[in-house]
Amino acid sequence: MSELNHVSMSPHIRTSTETSDLMRDVAIALLPAGAFGVWNFGWRALLVIAVCVVTCMLTEYLYEKLMHRPVTVGDLSALVTGLLLSYNLPATIPLWIAVVGSVFSILVVKQLFGGIGQNFVNPALAARCFLLVSFGGQMTSYPAGIDGVTGATPLAMANAGEEVDLLSMFLGTHAGCIGEVSVVAILLGAAYMLIRRVINLRIPLIYIGSTLVTVVLISLFRGEGLPTVHYFLAQLLGGGLMLGAWFMANDYVTSPVTARGQWIYAILLGALTAIFRLLGSTAEGVSYAILFGNLLVPLIEKIGVPKPFGVKGAKA
Amino acid sequence: MKKTFRGGVHLYEGKQITENAAIQPLNPTGDAVYPLQQHIGRPAVPVVQKGDTVLVGQRIAEAADGLSASVSATVSGTVKAIEPRLTISGNMVMSIVIDNDEQYTPVSEIGEERDFHDLRNDEIRQIARESGVVGLGGAGFPTDTKLTPADDNKIDYIIINGAECEPYLTSDHRLMLEQTDALLGGLRILLHMFPNAEGVFAIEDNKPECIKKLTHLTETHPRVRVCPLKTKYPQGGERSLIYAVTGRRVHSRVLPFQVGCIVHNVATTIALYRAVNESTPLVRRVITLSGDAFNNPGNYEVPIGTNLQEVVDLAGGFKQPPKKLIAGGPMMGTSLFTLDVPTMKTTSALLAFTEDEVGDAKETACIRCGRCAQACPAQLVPQMMVRAVRRGDIDEFEKMYGMECVSCGSCSFICPAHIPLTQSFIYAKKEVADKRRREKEGDKK
Repeated sequence: MSELNHVSMSPHIRTSTETSDLMRDVAIALLPAGAFGVWNFGWRALLVIAVCVVTCMLTEYLYEKLMHRPVTVGDLSALVTGLLLSYNLPATIPLWIAVVGSVFSILVVKQLFGGIGQNFVNPALAARCFLLVSFGGQMTSYPAGIDGVTGATPLAMANAGEEVDLLSMFLGTHAGCIGEVSVVAILLGAAYMLIRRVINLRIPLIYIGSTLVTVVLISLFRGEGLPTVHYFLAQLLGGGLMLGAWFMANDYVTSPVTARGQWIYAILLGALTAIFRLLGSTAEGVSYAILFGNLLVPLIEKIGVPKPFGVKGAKA
Repeated sequence: MKKTFRGGVHLYEGKQITENAAIQPLNPTGDAVYPLQQHIGRPAVPVVQKGDTVLVGQRIAEAADGLSASVSATVSGTVKAIEPRLTISGNMVMSIVIDNDEQYTPVSEIGEERDFHDLRNDEIRQIARESGVVGLGGAGFPTDTKLTPADDNKIDYIIINGAECEPYLTSDHRLMLEQTDALLGGLRILLHMFPNAEGVFAIEDNKPECIKKLTHLTETHPRVRVCPLKTKYPQGGERSLIYAVTGRRVHSRVLPFQVGCIVHNVATTIALYRAVNESTPLVRRVITLSGDAFNNPGNYEVPIGTNLQEVVDLAGGFKQPPKKLIAGGPMMGTSLFTLDVPTMKTTSALLAFTEDEVGDAKETACIRCGRCAQACPAQLVPQMMVRAVRRGDIDEFEKMYGMECVSCGSCSFICPAHIPLTQSFIYAKKEVADKRRREKEGDKK
């Protein structure tokens, strides 16, 4: 009978939650934002999403097959990358550009650095920035709605001192990228992830808070006094801040693991976002800020291991 | 608000299988085997020889000097051999083997009533030592040492650990319900020894019957209260428990009594009562048999030293051959390749499952989700520690406070990538301990 018994070190039970379960939850949480994008920008948006998702998963599959590595498409992280990348593209993007971006995200950013868990920046964001640099025109011509007429994004208008429709910004009926526009859809997804305990509030809230504080500081520093509530809300709802804060800044792989590290990282992201937005010349403050923050994570984690339970407070 | 600690994990409890099963005594007929090392500290020293006749309760091995515990015979019969025998830990340990005469003849003193009020503290400690009482929750720390703080007057809390946070285990649950008088008696002894202490029953809220019964019985006692705790693993870990009850923090270099706390498990407290008030050394313990492979899962009181196979047979055997056997709980217990080992003082359960939940799962890449760090009751960062261990950097592991790990298993349990975190820390802690010992020996030369 003894040969039938499995011997192992404790613990002898484990949770049934696997990596793919977490990724599936993230994908589900991304659905409302995508659905809104399709409703707002039309079927063309769905095509872009599908192309990105299929290309990402296929790239991962083919690379791993060719390299004789275990195929990890089943962990669904390539699916999430595909969704996130497409959400960061305008619906009018030529499909071949979407394909190039998808291949770049999975092949260059993820697989060449060792696959899941090893990429040092968020693959979707890195691909977006790569596309921005390479195809600036196509990447920044934002359709305002289903008719394909392009327009300025509300954030660009607010930064230029114009009045914007805050309700439309909250709902998402304005010019922008497919999955970025609707704050309410993104928050719906975020709520789902919070309920499922896939994410916690720390990075998103600190990041958003830090962005707003820095916006105020810059305004004061420029001698413009306190910004108006309207302008303040436009900064909160506009651009990629919501999608970035809830779905990309807190990406497991590219954010710090410790609570202290997460604080530093999120504060830094917020400050960079506001600086890039208000003092920089490009529109993609959130993307560059998160990318920059990702690169600093190894450094942030070097700051030190947190003190364990009791070591500081106990009377020795 | 139910009290608890920071971190930890919520587990499938599986306690419904046996929590209503009353304790049943079993009287085996086979050989009894007593390893001389069933506790933390130095092995006991045999005081019998091959061929000697022994009675139930007769001391057959004395505690060695310092940290150690004695061993008493739990059956009557003849000493058959003193030889190395396989134990639950997988090691061969020098053991006394007794040929059971099936008469269970006790030594004459057993059952003699004693009033602890007439005893001095050092007399009570001596009784605990001679009776072989050790922590029955699993660690096996000699009780007399735990009862010897620097100053008896500086103990503020006696915490009776009724958390029983490991899944499937229900022996303490049943003891709290069925042997309540002995449990309260044990606490009375402890309150007598430590005049400034408050007695606290710390019980997880998944045992409302126990909370209710003990609350009712202690309502009028000014020095005793019941503290219900949130059901969360590892609530019964000494450090987690002390923090939940008192807010005081203990780590690897601070002993509980240094912050004014003494923690005893329910079964240990009852064993102390039996030793002091009823002159009965530690001879039997309650062990939970649970898991889907058993015909009759339940709580059984068996003589310590009984072969586990015989325990299983007497309790009705297996309905299906088990694939996984665990001595103790599923989080910190030891998996067994054979049942041909004796029950020890610390054996709180035998679990038998027809499936192995862990063995077949494949490890995938770490995605840095940080769940391990959130679950760690010692507030360590297992994700970083395992990277250090895997590149063989034991110094780095130590710098990350690896020695604060209590091997509770929470990080391995929660890891979505199935990385054997706890397992690698158990190994790394041994390496660090070895290194420290080498350095110490080097200093002496």
